[in-house]
Amino acid sequence: MQSFTLQRPSGLAEAARLGAEGGEFIAGGTDMLQLMKEWVRTPDRLVDLDPVLDPRIEAGPQGLRIGAGARMEAVAVHPEVARIAPAISEALLESASPQVRNLATMGGNLLQRTRCGYFRDAGVAACNKRRPGSGCAAIGGENRIHAVLGTSGQCIATHPSDFAVALVALEATLHLAGPDGERDMPIHHLYRTWDTHPEQETNLRPGEIIAAIQVPATALSRNARYLKVRDRAAFEWALLSAAVGLEIDGGTVRAARVAMGGVGTKPWRMRAVEAALIGKPANDDSYAAAAAHATEGAVARGENAYKITLMPRVLARALALAGGAA
Amino acid sequence: MNTQDSHTAPAPGVTLLVNGTRHHLAIGPEVTLLDALRERLNLTGAKKGCDLGQCGACTVILDGKRVNSCLVLAARAQDRPITTIEGLAADGRLHPLQQAFITHDAFQCGYCTPGQIMSGVALIEEGRGHDEAEIRKHMSGNLCRCGAYANIIAAIREAAART
Repeated sequence: MQSFTLQRPSGLAEAARLGAEGGEFIAGGTDMLQLMKEWVRTPDRLVDLDPVLDPRIEAGPQGLRIGAGARMEAVAVHPEVARIAPAISEALLESASPQVRNLATMGGNLLQRTRCGYFRDAGVAACNKRRPGSGCAAIGGENRIHAVLGTSGQCIATHPSDFAVALVALEATLHLAGPDGERDMPIHHLYRTWDTHPEQETNLRPGEIIAAIQVPATALSRNARYLKVRDRAAFEWALLSAAVGLEIDGGTVRAARVAMGGVGTKPWRMRAVEAALIGKPANDDSYAAAAAHATEGAVARGENAYKITLMPRVLARALALAGGAA
Repeated sequence: MNTQDSHTAPAPGVTLLVNGTRHHLAIGPEVTLLDALRERLNLTGAKKGCDLGQCGACTVILDGKRVNSCLVLAARAQDRPITTIEGLAADGRLHPLQQAFITHDAFQCGYCTPGQIMSGVALIEEGRGHDEAEIRKHMSGNLCRCGAYANIIAAIREAAART
């Protein structure tokens, strides 16, 4: 690991200023330290966010407010989170290991980098995310874990967060603190898709920090569920996942929110699936018919073609789970 | 940037509170807690397996929570209570989970064992030690390449039942 200076700001505003001046942020450190040990990232200045991030988890009539400094494990086992948004509890409990969850923060979880093996191997020359303009070794390479939606000839990496997929389905809002003040951002604006600049992953401005996450409490959030499909039963990244919330009245689907993970370059909202569910009877036939829309626009790159086969199956199962809870 | 700010001055070192004893170490910010324990304090119970948070051999308890010490900068563990495998036995008596690992032959080569035991101690504290499926899931952060999992689970169940 390259040596660096650890800067300790006294508050969020100062942290944002240090970030805007070129310091790299570290919060829980679970992803940043992996990347630094592998020489994927070599910051000479780290700005320690841990003392200035809010770790509180609060539940009120409007929903949940999760401080960005809250640890994954604390959120995962919080009874109010499980009551208001069980999809969040499920997504977090199926993420990482207890040891990692005790360190990793919620803000850092949203900003963790892709698990693409070419991105994480500094010895690989071609990676447009790591070295803009150098190419993409995953296209034509080992790409079993890679994306089928939102890709380009530049990059086919997925975003690895389970939590982010649940937040997209629940239409969460991020509170941001930046060098020029605070602002709110809908979660679906956080991540970019890329045609030309895969190294630009988010719409955060220089120095901007995720300070808190607001999750609205609705009938739909209380029924939403998270389903994860992976290579081993625990401590493994999603190959595919789905966060699904349904509002069912008199046996008919009135509202639906559907997002998938592991299939897109960012957590992928499935609006065509949602539209196909509205007004339909809440049964397995409707779920299967709607889930077929999930693959619209999907492009396989070789080893990841199985994801297109699995997408409607995983989604139909997740819809049945959420339908059973609704 | 303004390098004259007092908080950006190089840290003079780190004070670690390990197994009830305070140690001051003259180390830079790039030293992990695992390296500080092993290389500076000669507490070599915590093992360096993958050094990437994937194997759990470096597990220690920090502020009452189990963590991968390879993913913690020592500077950020300043003054926070740390328990390592060396601090588990009290008054010459093994911790119940240490004894249960012996009783159940829960290790072969032993390399992962300190991490397994620290993780298991925390898991029992978390109230997750009674059901086999739950133990399997919440011990997933500790790999054993010898494959002693069946006996590790038996040891944790026994120790959990006695606490």
